[in-house]
Amino acid sequence: MSERFLITGATLASGERADILLDGGVIAGVGSIADASGATVVDADGLIALPGLVDLHTHLREPGYEQSETVLTGTQAAAAGGFTAVFAMANTFPVADTAGVVEQEASLGRAAGYATVQPIGAVTVGLKGEQLAELGAMARSRANVRVFSDDGFCVSDPLLMRRALEYVKAFDGVIAQHAQEPRLTEGAQMNEGALSGELGLTGWPAVAEESIIARDVLLAEHVGSRLHVCHVSTAGSVEVIRWAKARGIDVTAEVTPHHLLLTEDLIAGYDPRFKVNPPLRRAEDVEALRAALADGTIDIVATDHAPHPVEAKESEWQAAANGMVGLESALAVVHAAVVETGLMNWADVARVMSSTPARIGRLHGHGEAIEVGAAPELTLYDPAAASEFDLDRLAGRSTNSPYLGRRLPGRVVATFHGGYPTFLDGAVRPRDEVARNATSAQGVVHG
Amino acid sequence: MARAVLSQADISRALTRISHEILESNRGSSDLVILGIPTRGVILARRIAETIARIEPDAAPPQAGALDVTMYRDDLTRTRTRTPQPTELPPGGIDGKTVVLVDDVLYSGRTIRAAFDALSDLGRARAVRLAVLVDRGHREFPIRADFVGKNLPSSTRERINVRLTEIDGDDGVAIDDTAATEGGEA
Amino acid sequence: MRHLLSTRELSREQAVELLDIAEDMAAVQEREVKKLPTLRGKTVVNLFFEDSTRTRISFEAAAKRLSADVINFSAKGSSVSKGESLKDTAQTLQAMGADGVVIRHHASGAPYTLATSGWIDAGVVNAGDGTHEHPTQALLDAFTMRRRLHGAASRGRALDGVHVVIVGDVLHSRVARSNVWLLATLGAEVELVAPPTLVPVDTSSWPARVGYDLDAALAGTPDVVMMLRIQAERMHAAFFPNSREYARTWGLDDARFDALPPSTMVMHPGPMNRGLEIAARAADSQQSTVREQVANGVSVRMAALYLLMSGDRGDA
Repeated sequence: MSERFLITGATLASGERADILLDGGVIAGVGSIADASGATVVDADGLIALPGLVDLHTHLREPGYEQSETVLTGTQAAAAGGFTAVFAMANTFPVADTAGVVEQEASLGRAAGYATVQPIGAVTVGLKGEQLAELGAMARSRANVRVFSDDGFCVSDPLLMRRALEYVKAFDGVIAQHAQEPRLTEGAQMNEGALSGELGLTGWPAVAEESIIARDVLLAEHVGSRLHVCHVSTAGSVEVIRWAKARGIDVTAEVTPHHLLLTEDLIAGYDPRFKVNPPLRRAEDVEALRAALADGTIDIVATDHAPHPVEAKESEWQAAANGMVGLESALAVVHAAVVETGLMNWADVARVMSSTPARIGRLHGHGEAIEVGAAPELTLYDPAAASEFDLDRLAGRSTNSPYLGRRLPGRVVATFHGGYPTFLDGAVRPRDEVARNATSAQGVVHG
Repeated sequence: MARAVLSQADISRALTRISHEILESNRGSSDLVILGIPTRGVILARRIAETIARIEPDAAPPQAGALDVTMYRDDLTRTRTRTPQPTELPPGGIDGKTVVLVDDVLYSGRTIRAAFDALSDLGRARAVRLAVLVDRGHREFPIRADFVGKNLPSSTRERINVRLTEIDGDDGVAIDDTAATEGGEA
Repeated sequence: MRHLLSTRELSREQAVELLDIAEDMAAVQEREVKKLPTLRGKTVVNLFFEDSTRTRISFEAAAKRLSADVINFSAKGSSVSKGESLKDTAQTLQAMGADGVVIRHHASGAPYTLATSGWIDAGVVNAGDGTHEHPTQALLDAFTMRRRLHGAASRGRALDGVHVVIVGDVLHSRVARSNVWLLATLGAEVELVAPPTLVPVDTSSWPARVGYDLDAALAGTPDVVMMLRIQAERMHAAFFPNSREYARTWGLDDARFDALPPSTMVMHPGPMNRGLEIAARAADSQQSTVREQVANGVSVRMAALYLLMSGDRGDA
C-alpha cells in the first residue's frame, strides 16, 4: 500500500467539509486537495473525521490473561472502535508494578502496530494496597508512565493514597482512582436500591463511590496534587466532583459509555453480560452523567474495556466476572447517549474521547486537532449507519458486549494510526501489513 | 350449526329410565354409590341418586359423589394442562359397594379407563357399572355402558354439546358441526 | 406453567389454581393409597447446591407421590469452579433426560439462569435461591393460612383482607420476598417488622408496610404472625448487637404471644431458633402452624410439579 492517503469529502468535527491528506508521518493537507498523485483515495463522503480516539482505561489482559485478550487483539479491537491510543490498566499477571512489565507491554504494542499502547502503572505492589510500587522507576522507564492506578481495587488506605498523590508530583503523574469503599461493598453484586432488594442481590451503594471521591478530592487539595477519578457512575459523585472543581481542586473524571446508556433495569433477568463494576445505576444517574459530561464536570469518556472468556459469563450472576468489552462500541454508544440527545456535538466528542484523555495521560502525538502538521491519527465515523450491533463488529478476543442485539446509531468506518489504516471499510487490516507499516512509521518519527 | 337432539323432557325421561334400570340390576338401592365424573357427570349422578330416592322412598337413599380422573389420564402431556376437580366420596367409601360411574358422553372410552385406575386407588368396589347420558360411538377401548340414555351415532368432526341447568342454565343436548374445533368429549 | 421461578410472576388466578390443585393433592395424602400415576415415566432431579434436607425431602415425597423417578443431585462441595458447575451440571441433567429440575442454590437468580440459558429443556422449580425467592414456601404458607381460615370451603378463595405480619431478617430472607409478592397478589395486607439494618434500603415498590416496632404491629391484632429465622452470623456482621437484644426487641416471646388473640396464627418456615425469634410456648401452641406447614409443603409441591410437567411443552 502507498504511503499517501487522500481522504475526500470528510466532515470535520467543526462541521466543515474537507479533504485530508496523510503523507508520511503527518497530516500534510486539510481542505480542498486536487493534486495528490500516487495517493490512495478514501471516499469519506458523509463520514465524520475525528482525531484518533484515546482510551484512558483499557484492560489488555496481557501478560497473564491471554485467554481473554492480548495486546494484539486488544489493539485490534481499539482500531475497530476508532481508537489510536489506549492506556493499558495494570491488573495483568504479573501486575504492571515494575519498569520491566510496563516496558514489555509498551513494546508489545509497538510490535503489533494497531495503536499506541501506553501502560498504566500500579499504585501499590501487586495491587495489594499495602506499599507503593516503584512509581518513579516506571515513570523513568522507556514506557514513560504518567498514569498510575490500582483499578479493580480502590486505594482505600487514606494515608497510602495521600502519599501516592504526593509522590507522583515529582514527574507530573496522576493517580487514577477506582473509587469503591471496600467495606461498604463486601459481596456487592449490583447497584443498591429498590431493584437489588427485589432481586436479592447484595447492594453496591452509591455512597461507597461518593465517599471515596469526596475523601480523595480533599486529599488532592491538601497536598496540591492531580487526581483522576475512574468510571464515575452516580449522580452524587457528579455533585462531589462539581464542588471540587469549583473549589479549584485539580481533579479530572471519566465516565464509561455503558454508564451513559445502560441502566440497572437490565439486570432483572440476571444476565451476566450486564454485570460490571461499578454497577449499572438508575436512569437518574445516567441523566446526571450525561449532563456532567456535557457541562465539563466529567472530562472524558473512557471505555473500561474488560474482556472475559465465555465461561466467566456463562454462569449464575453471582459467580460471573465483572466487566464488558467496550472499545468497538464506544463511539456509537456515545453518539446514542449524548449526540443524538442533543447534549453534545462532534467537536465535544473529539474533546472528551481524544484531546482531553491524551492531555490527562500526558500522551503526545495523540488528540491533536485535524490540521496540517498534526499527528496522522484519525477516525472516520458514519453517523447514519444505524444497525444492530453484532458479533461481526467485535474485533477483540472476547465477546462479552452488553450491546449485542441492540441497535446503535452509527459505526466506525476507518481508523488511521501513524498515517496508515489499521481499520478500513469496516475490517481490521491484516496483521503483517499493520506491523510493517508501524515499523516504517516509527522509523519516520525516530529517524 | 347446532342441531338439538335431546330436550329437557328427553333428558329427564332418560335419567328416570336409567334410575329404574340401575335399581333393577342392583335389586334395590342398597350399597349403591353413584359417582359422577366431573364436570357434568357429577350433576347427572346427583340427579340419578335423587330419582332413585324418589322411586324407593322407603329404602336407604343411594349415595352420590364425584370421581376426578385427571391425574389418571393418558393424555396429560398431549394437551394443555388440565385443572383437576375435587373427588368426593361418600363417608363409607366404596369398599364392598356397587359403584355406578356416570358421565355425560361416552366416546373413546379413555376417560372411563382412567376412572377404573382412579377407583382402584380408592378402594375395592364389589362391582362397577357405567351409566352415560349419550353414547356417541368411536370407542378406542373395549368399554361399553351398562345404562345409556341415548345412542347417538356421530361423526368425529361433530361435537356433542350437553347442557345442564345447574351449570349452563338449561337442559339440552345438541350436535355442533364444528370441523374447526376439537370433536366432542374424550 | 413452564417454570416456577418466583411468586412475583404468578397471577392471582394462577396462584389460586395452584392452591386448589394442592387441595386435591392434600386429599390424596389422606387416602390409603397416597400415590398418583400422573408423572409415571418422568424424571425429576433435585439439584441442591446448598444443603436443605427438609426442602429436598419435601420435593422428593411430592415427586414420588406423583410416580416420577427422582434423582437427588447434591452439587455442594463439588470440585469444579462455581461458574462452570451450574452449566456442566445442567448439561449432565439434560443428557440424563430430566423432565423437571428442582434447584436450590446459594446465588440469587441461579434458577433464572438455568431456565433461560438454553442448557436444558426441563421445567425448573426454584427451591430457594440465595436471598431472592422461595416460591413453594410462600405457596405452602398461603395454603396453610387459607385452610386455617376457610377449612373445607378453601377452594377458589384467595386471602383478601387477611392481615399478615412478617417479622425478622427481611433483607436476607427469600421466604419474606416470596411471601410479600404472593400474599399481596392474593389480596392480603402485609406488614414487615424488622431491625432497620435487616430491611432492604428501598422497599418503596414493595406491596407491604415496613415498621420497626413489633409491639405496635401486634397491637393491630394480625390474623397471622410469621417469624423468620435469624441467623447467628448476622450478629457478627453488626446487623444487631447481640441475640439477647434481638430476642427482646423482635422475638415472639411469651408476653407478646399471650397478648395475641387466640385466633392469630403463628407461622415459621423452620428450622426454628427457639428462644431467639420464637419462644417455645408460641412454637408449640395450638396457634402454631409449623407442623401443618410441613405436611402442606408436600401437597403444594405436588401441585407445582403437576402444573410444570403436564401439558404439552408448546403451551407456555
